[in-house]
Amino acid sequence: MLTALFVMTGIALVLGAALGYAAIRFKVEGDPLVEKIDAILPQTQCGQCGYPGCKPYAEAIATGEAEINQCPPGGEEGIRKLSDLLGREFKPLSEEHGVEKPKSVAVIDEQTCIGCTLCIQACPVDAIVGAAKQMHTVAETLCTGCELCIAPCPVDCITMVPVAETVQTWKWKYPVVEIRKAA
Amino acid sequence: MITRLFKFHGGIKPDAHKHESAGAAIRCAPLPSRLIVPLRQSTRATARCIVEVGEKVLKGQRIGEPEGFLGTAVHAPTSGTVIDFDRYTMAHASGLETRCVVIEPDGGDRWIEHAPFDADAAGRDATLAWLRDCGLVGLGGATFPSHVKLGKGSGVETLILNGAECEPWITCDDRLMRERADAILAGARILFRLIGARELVIGIEDNKPEAIEAMRAAAQRAGDTVRIQPIPALYPAGGEKQLIRVLTGIEIPYGKLGADYGVQCFNVGTAHAVYRAIAHGEPVVSRIVTLTGNVAHPGNWEVLIGTPIDELLPLAEPKPDTNRTLMGGPMMGFALPRLDVPVVKGSNCIISASPTLLPPPPIEQPCIRCGECARACPAELQPFELYWFSRAKNFGKAQEYHLFDCIECGCCAYVCPAHIPLVDYYRFAKSEIWARERDKGAADQARERFEFRNYRQEREKEEKAAKLAAKAAETRAKLASEGDNTAAPAAEAPATAPEDPKKALIAAALARAQAQKAAVQPRNTEDAPRP
Repeated sequence: MLTALFVMTGIALVLGAALGYAAIRFKVEGDPLVEKIDAILPQTQCGQCGYPGCKPYAEAIATGEAEINQCPPGGEEGIRKLSDLLGREFKPLSEEHGVEKPKSVAVIDEQTCIGCTLCIQACPVDAIVGAAKQMHTVAETLCTGCELCIAPCPVDCITMVPVAETVQTWKWKYPVVEIRKAA
Repeated sequence: MITRLFKFHGGIKPDAHKHESAGAAIRCAPLPSRLIVPLRQSTRATARCIVEVGEKVLKGQRIGEPEGFLGTAVHAPTSGTVIDFDRYTMAHASGLETRCVVIEPDGGDRWIEHAPFDADAAGRDATLAWLRDCGLVGLGGATFPSHVKLGKGSGVETLILNGAECEPWITCDDRLMRERADAILAGARILFRLIGARELVIGIEDNKPEAIEAMRAAAQRAGDTVRIQPIPALYPAGGEKQLIRVLTGIEIPYGKLGADYGVQCFNVGTAHAVYRAIAHGEPVVSRIVTLTGNVAHPGNWEVLIGTPIDELLPLAEPKPDTNRTLMGGPMMGFALPRLDVPVVKGSNCIISASPTLLPPPPIEQPCIRCGECARACPAELQPFELYWFSRAKNFGKAQEYHLFDCIECGCCAYVCPAHIPLVDYYRFAKSEIWARERDKGAADQARERFEFRNYRQEREKEEKAAKLAAKAAETRAKLASEGDNTAAPAAEAPATAPEDPKKALIAAALARAQAQKAAVQPRNTEDAPRP
């Protein structure tokens, strides 16, 4: 009887120590769930979700504070991936946060630009090049299409231009079965 | 010498349809009314235009400068005037446009001055650069830059010349070997020296006995001991990995290239073009194109790059019931979106299709799990699995089943009793996966830049705060020392609160401003009319 008690206590102590050590040794820095959610988000950093960037939105989703359908650039596919990851039910994109648009980039009309640098300050990914009283321009490959530069521009010289399909980005379409009338 | 040949898995034997076009000799296509020369000869790289509209160009004059690692030069195919530089539809399944130089021939077909290139004296690197500047790309259809493929010049034991031409209908390599065997052999020897190989093998499918004979005769004339190897006609024996397997027995595993195993393949057409570039200094301005299918006079034509198909095809006189035109073979080619697209360096064959000759595939029916496709697959994949995953858009799984090992040869779709367009599904899945990878790359870059920007803003804020603090401390120290001397320069500086540095600062600034104002006499106001 007493032996059994000792044995059980001993096992409990050893396992407890092992678990305690493992908790310190293999401690995960940060929340891995946030990283996983962040990897699904499109990293547009547009703030349409109501959070200042994709990472804060990912954190809000992880804590259950935000819904999964607040990201218009991620679109329906993004919501599906999030619902798969989190086991939450799929919801259509919330309209108050915006609509899904084709991928676009900002283009500055360089004739109109007055060089005020306001758009440079607004750009979340530093994709606009320029200096005070110098013409600004958008580095097309870096632009995420977040539209955050449009509102601050005092002369409205920035427009969003959809990205044209090139041979490198062209995709084969899903094969469609052609339905013909039986002879 | 009896050499052992190997077998690859699967493969099919479609009707070859070679005799239609293989009989007639190569003829030179007449000059078209205009030449549309795309600066993008493959999907990989674009050349930079170096001519202007209105400029007179000579045949072989460079009009596009190579750009990037995979870039090759583009040349004027004939002499004439540049009449346009704009976007035109390219010969690609997408039907998208690309920048093209349009040349109106002057009819003279005058060459620019060109001279043979002394490859031995120039050295390896200069020769590779010469090939790049001659616009040398793989003429088998993939248009991969030859100078890149020639690589480092070491590690390749066997050079294989691909004369298999396994696709039905196409006979351009067959005719080329029959008629220009000496040039092909000379080009092969140039490639052989450049790549530093020890063995040269020319693989030709045994349904081309005349080509094999012509190559053998050429080798005899040149006293060359090259191995000219007939291989059994089995589609797709001309696929690079399949040909390597047949000739050497080496099986190239997933994600590796032939060069990793000491084998490199070049098409016979490429070898011929290399010979022209080195021995005559001629860039690639034309190629042999098979015109066949539903036409009255099938045959092979030497066609200038940039010749519009709608000016080329009438040479073979398509029959009136032609309803589609294919570029490339019936197995791996694609239907042309329009007929005004130009011939490019990779266009080996143009086939007119009619509803009876090459009918569109019957309606797709459900997969019955017969497994025929797996038996036919030369890449030893499981096409039915790939099909299910691609169809369900389960791309991760498709990749797990080695979707990217698929060479899109079309054997699986050919044998499929349910007529499923399997290759279309694989192409769809492949391009979706590439698009996702591109998006992911862009997202990662955006995340990194966003995080760096936040970090930079934080740092700037801190730096500003530190700067201000340092300045405040400095002023405080200055004031304190001035207080010690009790010799304040400005008598009116209020001594009310010297312990408050901010107020003291403001007061000092005010005093300075007043003193300045007092010191500056307004000038040119003496004569001003008094109000």
